[in-house]
Amino acid sequence: MSTYILKRFLQLIPVFLGATLLVYFLVFSLPGDPIVALFGDKPVNVAVAAKLREQYHLDQPFWMQYLLYLKSIFTFDLGQDFSGRPIATVLGEVFPVTARLAIMALIFEGVFGIVFGLIAGLRKGKLFDATVLIASLIVIAIPIFVLGFLLQFTIGVQLGWAKPTVSSAATIPDLILPAIVLGLGSFAYVLRLTRTSVIENMNADYVRTATAKGLSRFQVVRVHILRNSLIPVITFLGADLGALMGGAIVTEGIFNVPGVGNRLYRAVLSGEGPTVVSIVTVLVLIYCLSNLLVDLLYGWLDPRIRYDS
Amino acid sequence: MSASVEIQEVEDAIERPLLEIKDLAIGFTTSNGAVNAVRNAHLTIMPGETVAIVGESGSGKSTTALAAIGLLPGNGRVSAGQILFDGEDISNASEKRMIELRGNSIGMVPQDPMSNLNPVWKIGDQVRETLKANGLPNGPDDVAKVLSQAGLPDAASRAKQYPHEFSGGMRQRALIAIGLSCQPRLLIADEPTSALDVTVQRQILDHLDKMTTELSTAVLLITHDLGLAAERADQVVVMYRGQVVESGPSLELLQNPQHPYTQRLVASAPSLASRRIQAAKELGVETDDMLASAETGVVEPSKTDEILQIQDLKKVFKLRSGLGKSTDFTAVDNVSFSVNRGTTTAIVGESGSGKSTVAQMVLNLLSPTSGKIIFDGVDTSTLNSKELFAFRRRVQPIFQDPYGSLDPMYNIFRTIEEPLRTHKIGDKASREKKVRELLDQVALPQSTMQRYPNELSGGQRQRVAIARALALDPEVIICDEAVSALDVLVQAQVLNLLAELQSRLGLTYLFITHDLAVVRQIADHVCVMQKGKLVETGSTDDVFDAPQQEYTMALLNAIPGAGLILPPEVA
Repeated sequence: MSTYILKRFLQLIPVFLGATLLVYFLVFSLPGDPIVALFGDKPVNVAVAAKLREQYHLDQPFWMQYLLYLKSIFTFDLGQDFSGRPIATVLGEVFPVTARLAIMALIFEGVFGIVFGLIAGLRKGKLFDATVLIASLIVIAIPIFVLGFLLQFTIGVQLGWAKPTVSSAATIPDLILPAIVLGLGSFAYVLRLTRTSVIENMNADYVRTATAKGLSRFQVVRVHILRNSLIPVITFLGADLGALMGGAIVTEGIFNVPGVGNRLYRAVLSGEGPTVVSIVTVLVLIYCLSNLLVDLLYGWLDPRIRYDS
Repeated sequence: MSASVEIQEVEDAIERPLLEIKDLAIGFTTSNGAVNAVRNAHLTIMPGETVAIVGESGSGKSTTALAAIGLLPGNGRVSAGQILFDGEDISNASEKRMIELRGNSIGMVPQDPMSNLNPVWKIGDQVRETLKANGLPNGPDDVAKVLSQAGLPDAASRAKQYPHEFSGGMRQRALIAIGLSCQPRLLIADEPTSALDVTVQRQILDHLDKMTTELSTAVLLITHDLGLAAERADQVVVMYRGQVVESGPSLELLQNPQHPYTQRLVASAPSLASRRIQAAKELGVETDDMLASAETGVVEPSKTDEILQIQDLKKVFKLRSGLGKSTDFTAVDNVSFSVNRGTTTAIVGESGSGKSTVAQMVLNLLSPTSGKIIFDGVDTSTLNSKELFAFRRRVQPIFQDPYGSLDPMYNIFRTIEEPLRTHKIGDKASREKKVRELLDQVALPQSTMQRYPNELSGGQRQRVAIARALALDPEVIICDEAVSALDVLVQAQVLNLLAELQSRLGLTYLFITHDLAVVRQIADHVCVMQKGKLVETGSTDDVFDAPQQEYTMALLNAIPGAGLILPPEVA
C-alpha cells in the first residue's frame, strides 16, 4: 500500500511541471501588455515600466521566465502580485474561503443526493421517484448562473432568509446559500447516480440471498444495498471536491465571495502571470490529491481492488 | 404424484407434508401485459424428503421455488392456489411472517456462487448476519463452526477473507453454510452446482446430501439435469412451460416416463445418454445408434490424414506481482496431439486446465510460447498476414456464450454475411443466397434474417453462430464450450446438428468442453487436460471404458447419474 501511495506522489511531479508550464505559457501568450495596462489612462512612464518589467522578469524570454518562476516556488518565495502583496499571503487568504465553500457544497450534495437517490431508487417508478427525477433534470439543465441569480433574488432579496452577498469574513452562515448553488448541479448527479446504482443493486443476486437469510428489509438495504451503491457515488464526490474548488468562479462572482475564483478572475484580466500560475498550480495539486484520495477510498470500499499486489 | 398421495394417506395421521403446493399459479405483470409463468403447479415434500423439480429454463421451476420462500421478483405474484408450509398457507403471507420463516424454517442455496455473495463483505460477516438475524449465537467460533460443517477447510481464517479470494466451489460451500446455518426444516437448492466443474459439483452435492441427512432437512432441488435429479432426489417433478407435466418417484419416472416431454428429456439428457451407452455396452448391444450422430448415418471419414498437429505446445503467462516483478504461470505445458480430418476431438478439463488457451492458440488468436501448431502441413506461426487471412477462412470458431458472441446491433443476415463480405466472396445476390442456404442448413427459418439476436432464444442464437462459422466453408471448427450454455434439449438438438453437418460436409471438430457426458455423445477422440498438462488421450471408447489416469476416473465418476442403473433401451 505504502509503495502505491509513494508511486502516486512521484507521479505528481510530472503533472505539476506540465500544468505549470502549460498555464505559464497560456498567460505568456495573452494578448496585450500587462505593464502598459497598469498605467491605465495615464501616459506610460518608460523608466518605471522598464523597472516593473525587470521586477516581474517580463523582459526575459519565455523559458527564462518559467525557470525563474520555478526557482521562486522551490525557494518558497512566490513573489508579489501587481499590488505589491506577497502572492503567498494572497493564497493564504483566498484558499480557506473557497475550501470552506467547496466542503459545504460537498456535504450538501452528498447528504441530500444520497438520501434522495436512495429513496427514489427504492421506490422506483413511484411518485417520489418521478418528482425527484424531473426536478434533478431541471437543475441539470439550467445553467448555474441562472440558478444562482434566481436563488439570490428569491431567497436573499425577496424572502430575506439569507444575506444576498457574502461579507469579507465569509463565515459559515454567509456561505450556506452560495454552497447550495455551487452544489446543486452535482447534487442532481449524485442523486441520479445513487438512484441508478441502488436500482442495479436491488436486483443483484446477493441481495436476494440476503433476504433469503431472513434479514429484515432495513438490514438488507443498509448492509447490502447502500454500501455497494455508494462505491461509485463516493468516488464521484471525491473527484468533485477538486472540481468544486476550481469551479466556484461563477458562484463566487454572483455572491461576491472573496475566494479563489474571484481572485483568479481578476489576475487573468490583469495578466498577472505569477498569480494566475500560483493559484492554478495549487488547484491542480488539490485536484491530483483528491483523485488519489478517491482511489484509496475506492480500495477501502471495494475489497476487490487492491493496489499493493 | 400417485405415490406421494399414497404416502400421505398412510401417514397422514402421523405426519403431514412439510411443504405442499396446490394448484399454484404465478403471474408476472410486464410491459406487454400479464404473463402466467406457472399454472396449476402441485407438489408435496414430506419432512426430510428430497424432491427435485426438473425443467428447462423458462419452465417455471425456479419461480415455483422462489414463491415458496416469498422471493418472487417485484412484478410477480401468486394469483391462485396455495403454498402450505407445515400446514400454514404462506402464498400471500405478510412480509413480516416471511422474514420470520426465512433462514430458520426455510433456507436457500442459490445458483450462481459468483454473484450470490456480496463482494464487499467478508465471508464471515455474511454468515454472522444470518445467525444474528435468526437469533442464534454469532461469535467468531459459531461462524467458523458453520463454515467448517459445510466442508470449508481452515474455516476460522477463511471467514476473514472476501468472496473474490474464494474459488467457485468454496463460495458454494459458504452459500451452503449460510443456507443451512439456522438448521431450516426445508432447504431450497436452486441449481446449486450448475456453475461448477463436474468434480467439484459431485463433492458439493455429496456434502449437501450428508448435511441435510444429518439435520433431516427436506430439500427442494431445482435442476435442469434429469440425471442429477434422479440420483439425488426421492421424488422428481417435471415442469414444462409453467405446468407440472409429470411427477413421481425418481427411478420409476426415469425408467417409465409417461409424458412426451419427459420422454424427450430422458432421451436427451447427456448424463443419461452416456450412462445408457455404458449400460448397453455391458449388455453387448451395438452402441452406434445411441450416439447423437448415428441417426444421420455418419459416413466413416474417407481421408484419415492429420489435418491438425499440435506439437509440444506451451504457453506461459506473466502474472504481475508488485513493482516490475512478475511470476510465470504455465497455462499450457507441453501438449501434443493430432486431429484427423473429418473427426471430432474433444479436449476435456475443468476450469483452469488450459483447454481454452489451447483453442485460442489453434485459432491463432494467441501465440504459443513454444511448440508448433501444424495445420494441413503448415506451421501456423510462420504465416504472414495474407496467409493468416486464408487460414482464418479454413478454421472457424463457435464460442460458448451465444449472447455475447453475436453483435446485438447486427441483424442475423448481416451477422452471417459478415465473414463473406470480409473475405470478399461473391456479390450481394450470391451472398444473400448463401445466407439463406446456411439458415436452411442450421434449420432456422429464412425469416430469421431480418431479426436481431435479442429476439432469438439461446438455441437459435447458437444456430446462428454455427451458420456464421459455416459461411466460409471451413475445414475445421473449434467449438469452445459451444453447448454448455444451452438447456439439455436444445443442447441435444445442437449436438445432432453438428454431427449431421460433420457427416454432410466432412468437417473436423475440435471440441473444448468440461462436460464429459457431451464428449461421449460427439467425440471420436478425447484429450483430458489437467493443470495445463495433457494427462490422457485416446479414443472416446477407450477413455470411457478403461480410463488410465486417476484424474480421468474422477471426472467420469463425477458425471451425474453415475449411480443409476438404466436399461439401455430406455429411450
